[in-house]
Amino acid sequence: MDEALRKELQEMAGALRGSIFRTICRGGGGHIAASLSIVEILTVLYWAVLRIEPRQPRDPERDRFVLSKGHAGVALYAVLAKLGFFEEGVLETFGKFDTVLGGHPDMHKVAGVEASTGALGHGFGFAMGQALAGKIDGKDYRVFALLGDGECQEGSIWEAALFGPQQRLDNFTAIIDFNKIQAMDRLEEIVSVSPLAEKWQAFGWSVRQVDGHDVGQLAEVLGSVPFEEGRPSMVIAHTVKGKGISFMEDVPIWHYRLPSAEQMETACRELGIENFSREQLV
Amino acid sequence: MRNAYLEALYELAGADRRVLALIADNGAIVYDKYRRDYPEQYFNFGISEANMVSVAAGLASCGKIPFAYTISVFLTMRAFEQVRNDVCMQRMNVKLVGTGAGFVYSNLGPTHHATEDLALMRALPGMTIFSPADASEAYQATMAAARMDGPVYLRLATGGSPKIYEGEQGSCGQQNFQPGQAVLLRGGNDLAIVGTGAILLEAIRAADELEREGIAARVINIHTVKPIDREIILRAAAQTGRVITLEEHSVTGGLGSCVAEVLAEAGQAGVQLRRLGLVDSFAESYGSYEQMKQRNGLSKEFVVQAAWELMEN
Ligand SMILES: Cc1ncc(C[n+]2csc(CCOP(=O)(O)OP(=O)(O)O)c2C)c(N)n1
Repeated sequence: MDEALRKELQEMAGALRGSIFRTICRGGGGHIAASLSIVEILTVLYWAVLRIEPRQPRDPERDRFVLSKGHAGVALYAVLAKLGFFEEGVLETFGKFDTVLGGHPDMHKVAGVEASTGALGHGFGFAMGQALAGKIDGKDYRVFALLGDGECQEGSIWEAALFGPQQRLDNFTAIIDFNKIQAMDRLEEIVSVSPLAEKWQAFGWSVRQVDGHDVGQLAEVLGSVPFEEGRPSMVIAHTVKGKGISFMEDVPIWHYRLPSAEQMETACRELGIENFSREQLV
Repeated sequence: MRNAYLEALYELAGADRRVLALIADNGAIVYDKYRRDYPEQYFNFGISEANMVSVAAGLASCGKIPFAYTISVFLTMRAFEQVRNDVCMQRMNVKLVGTGAGFVYSNLGPTHHATEDLALMRALPGMTIFSPADASEAYQATMAAARMDGPVYLRLATGGSPKIYEGEQGSCGQQNFQPGQAVLLRGGNDLAIVGTGAILLEAIRAADELEREGIAARVINIHTVKPIDREIILRAAAQTGRVITLEEHSVTGGLGSCVAEVLAEAGQAGVQLRRLGLVDSFAESYGSYEQMKQRNGLSKEFVVQAAWELMEN
């Protein structure tokens, strides 16, 4: 990848992490680690892959992105705000009374949100419906869905896994945020989904694996879909839950939690956030 | 309520090896003590609610007493047909324990609000529904569920529900939890407020305010939504002539519907009835739980207002 572009995407990812952190801390808590884990994936999708126009969020020809792991909604809000789907100031209302930015994204409240998710195991099939509609209508838009690895424990995921290849949905790409941690603990300690790549291959998907924090790899892979004609694409992105904040990285307890004042200071230093005080939390 | 449930479950598991805690990637910290002491009576299914319920039914068919616990919506709605066919149709001794009743998970939004669960569970043959109002009642309801043979849905709020009853955990004040027997929380003959779950706090707040204004409101706690205590409802209707139902749930199919059915079938359809709850809507807005109650017309002011409207008729 072009060095300038790589640098630009990395800087964007850094800015988004700061925005996510501030939004969640100000709002009094949220799914912080799950949001930090998908930052590079969203950055590459929104700044290098998706064909969208923030001023025309309902354009029928647009590419669609569905955040099936809806609990990471704040990461999506940070992206949509940066792109101008809504004013960045709206992020400050997260967690406050009557905000439009709920703990999970609502398609009828937030421009750019393509599906109201939050209950795991829905967005994947919903997005597949959008891809199927594209085929029916002969349109050439593409649909992308981002899933959690824990989410892959839901039966509905595997029903859709069968359906996609059957319908030859090569306009559909799923990405799994494979951070190896779910809400309570590591998947290996609860219910393992390994080996993931082999499972999807066996189900008829065209599978690629990437480092989910490497914008170069992500851009190359996501920019080359469909990997095979006539098959849906699956990108297994190896990630670190809580990426970017040292004490959160790969530590299960950070699934939903607000950092202490001291931890906030550390996090701000690591994320390069200046002028963020505890007072701003209230 | 969640901690009271876990305390009860801990005691039950210690006393009876057949008692099993099933969870679906929900409740890490709260289960630590249980996991330490009864690791063999604990199973985490991951994010697979439907499978958890089917397996629970299979376990019950072999004499186990599974308590399947997760967020109410995912338990009663994602796994609805598993509850219907595997648990109820085959009359299995499974206890379904749902947290996050109503919109107590306020900021998480409607995907995490259980506002149609009573309607669904109530429609199922053989299902018993406990909907405790506070932690002490949740403890007793858990114990009562364990004593019964057959499916039970236990509808819990979450941590930190305010007390409805005075006294120690598990005491329910002076009351003893009797399945199917509602509890009179306040006496009064001007009108009756019939409620279920943590939202009863608003009924009590309203009754306090009405009392200051010279109106004596009776407050009834329907902790067992099914089978419902018909007697207490009919008595209240006969003695006050005015009934308000209050639930953190859709009025369609929930407590308001139950009470309307009881009244109509007993020929008391002439009683003035006002149902407070969600009216053909999901819970609106985000914010704190208190703010959500207000925004959705379920805080005490709305109860007081409904009371005045009934009084003026
Ligand atoms: C159907 C359903 N069950 C349970 C939950 C509660 N929940 C929210 S996030 C989460 C863990 C998700 O793990 P994973 O998919 O691995 O995503 P991560 O947080 O690791 O990014 C759970 C169990 C839910 N939102 N939906």
